[in-house]
Amino acid sequence: MFGYYIKLAIKSVKRNPILSLLMITAIALGIGASMTTITVNYLMSADPIPHKSHQLFHIQVDSWDPNNAFNDDDEALPNQLTWTDATNFTLAKKALRQSAMGRSGGIIEPPGDDAKPFEASIRLAYTDFFGMFDVPFIFGNPWDSRSDTNREQVIILSKRTNESVFGGENSVGKTIVVAGRSFQVVGVIDDWQPIPKFYDVNNGAFNETEELFMPFTLKEELELPNWGNNNCWKSPDGEGYKAFLQSECINTQMWVELPNATAKAEYMDYLNNYVMEQKELGRFPRPLKNRLSNVMQWMERQEVVEEDAKMMMWLSFMFLLVCLLNTIGLLLAKFTGKSAEIGLRLALGASKSDLFKQHLVETAMIGLLGGFAGLGFAVLGLLGIKSLYGDFVDDLATLDISMILVALSIALVSSIAAGLYPTWRACNIAPASQLKSQ
Amino acid sequence: MLKMTDVKKVFRTDLVETHALRDFNLHVGEGDFVAVTGPSGSGKTTFLNIAGLLETFNGGTYELDGQNVSNLNDKKRSQLRNEKIGFIFQSFNLIPDLNLFDNVDVPLRYRGFNSAERKKRIENSLEMVGLAQRMKHLPSQLSGGQQQRVAIARALAGEPRFLLADEPTGNLDTQMANSVLDLLKSINAAGTTIIMVTHDGHLAKQARRNIYVRDGKVSEINEVDIAMPTQLAAV
Repeated sequence: MFGYYIKLAIKSVKRNPILSLLMITAIALGIGASMTTITVNYLMSADPIPHKSHQLFHIQVDSWDPNNAFNDDDEALPNQLTWTDATNFTLAKKALRQSAMGRSGGIIEPPGDDAKPFEASIRLAYTDFFGMFDVPFIFGNPWDSRSDTNREQVIILSKRTNESVFGGENSVGKTIVVAGRSFQVVGVIDDWQPIPKFYDVNNGAFNETEELFMPFTLKEELELPNWGNNNCWKSPDGEGYKAFLQSECINTQMWVELPNATAKAEYMDYLNNYVMEQKELGRFPRPLKNRLSNVMQWMERQEVVEEDAKMMMWLSFMFLLVCLLNTIGLLLAKFTGKSAEIGLRLALGASKSDLFKQHLVETAMIGLLGGFAGLGFAVLGLLGIKSLYGDFVDDLATLDISMILVALSIALVSSIAAGLYPTWRACNIAPASQLKSQ
Repeated sequence: MLKMTDVKKVFRTDLVETHALRDFNLHVGEGDFVAVTGPSGSGKTTFLNIAGLLETFNGGTYELDGQNVSNLNDKKRSQLRNEKIGFIFQSFNLIPDLNLFDNVDVPLRYRGFNSAERKKRIENSLEMVGLAQRMKHLPSQLSGGQQQRVAIARALAGEPRFLLADEPTGNLDTQMANSVLDLLKSINAAGTTIIMVTHDGHLAKQARRNIYVRDGKVSEINEVDIAMPTQLAAV
């Protein structure tokens, strides 16, 4: 009978094309608005490294002002570390992998007389960064730990930078000039864009990954500028770059890989001991409070999915509800118009449940058509977001297959829900009154 | 076969209570052809709707083929209606955007026949009413008389024991009405019990028995002595 119901649904849609189109459009608008905001929220809140997000931990220690918490929330800890602490944590090697990291930038001077210099962002990190975050390589490998220790001028390029500077060929072993100094290329990474960019949400959770990667130790050696957020609760003790690095200003992120709960507990002990030692040296004036957050906890604490994005999503759901209420009205009108046929079918032997199924199939078909049309509206909505906010939301404003399935499921479920009452009413008419009046 | 004993039907609104049937008693035997006449509002159509299980009733008993149908649920009533009863309406009640084949197919779908069985029955019943060549036509492409023949084919396709006809010639001119009546008589001659509600005295005289309904009761039953055809008329 399902095939028969489909056939009848198609006929019914064709019979009242304008009414059907109105219903499909109403559902499509609701689905389009919902899917636009759901997609953005979904991508904002996605697990960027699902296979090990529970093993990667961001470190927070409370090195802040004794008189004022880091922000209005007393529970809040500084969201970055000082250069000193991050360096100490990395060199202690208490985790399976660990890396202090920060954002910098410089001018690339490509080889060749015609090539123009251009500015590029730099991620300063230790070699563990690449293994810890499973960064894929096209050419070469991460630098080794000796390069970190010896502050060697080695560099890893993003795929795009390698294409710009070396035409996409294997550039491992070649030299590139950055910030006026020569670096030896040891690797080129493949396309790698975690969404959100979890390892540094302080400097734009949805920004692109950096174009260059260098040993973190070169920050001090080359006095590389700080391109990321920098917050201070007191002025550096002294003048110059070294004083800035050794100050209580926070500008460095720190991630560790801890494979199990024991390793996490041991690392927490290490952090507590470290802070207690520092207290004896006159640092860390606030009460002892350290925190390890795995990737998803960190995303939540940093409110990567912004409140206004959530609000927009709920508003779009309200809009979908309004569209569905309209659809209910239109379905009532449509099914009322079919009363004579319904009465006839009852007289010819259809049970109420037969008719209920028939009309639910019709409603579901309208919902699915609305869902497909809604996907079109969602694509338009996402294009609108792109044009409104610019290229940096490119990766957020994309419908993937799971979102398409979600859209169609929402359309199907919501249209069936909307159709329940009109269908129930239609199936409960008195057939005798309809047959005489036809 | 069809036995109503003291059947009552009351329609209630907030202000008015209307007794459509009062102690309605009727027995219709197998192969009978009964014409039900009476003034407007006498309860003819209400009787037909109750007989066709389209309406429930408030009192009395109703047995269809020996089965008491008073307390059947919707599904059982639908099944019984589908298997035992065929309907013919004054305004034909064909579904306008289904062709003749699909219109006749409607009751067979709910019967659960397979595709081959449905096709055979549809073709046979359309053949019987002389419209087999037009089975892909839409109802709007037919005359009133032809549309009523399609409705009869639809009613007969499931081989029902009863044919309930409500003013079957009410929308037809005399020539078409006679043609439809001949068809009904042929169907009755083939063994199908027919109960026909009509205002038309001439038409009623073509039935085997005339039942006159007044104020929701059977007030008179007359046997009619007519010659019934023994086989389906060529139409």
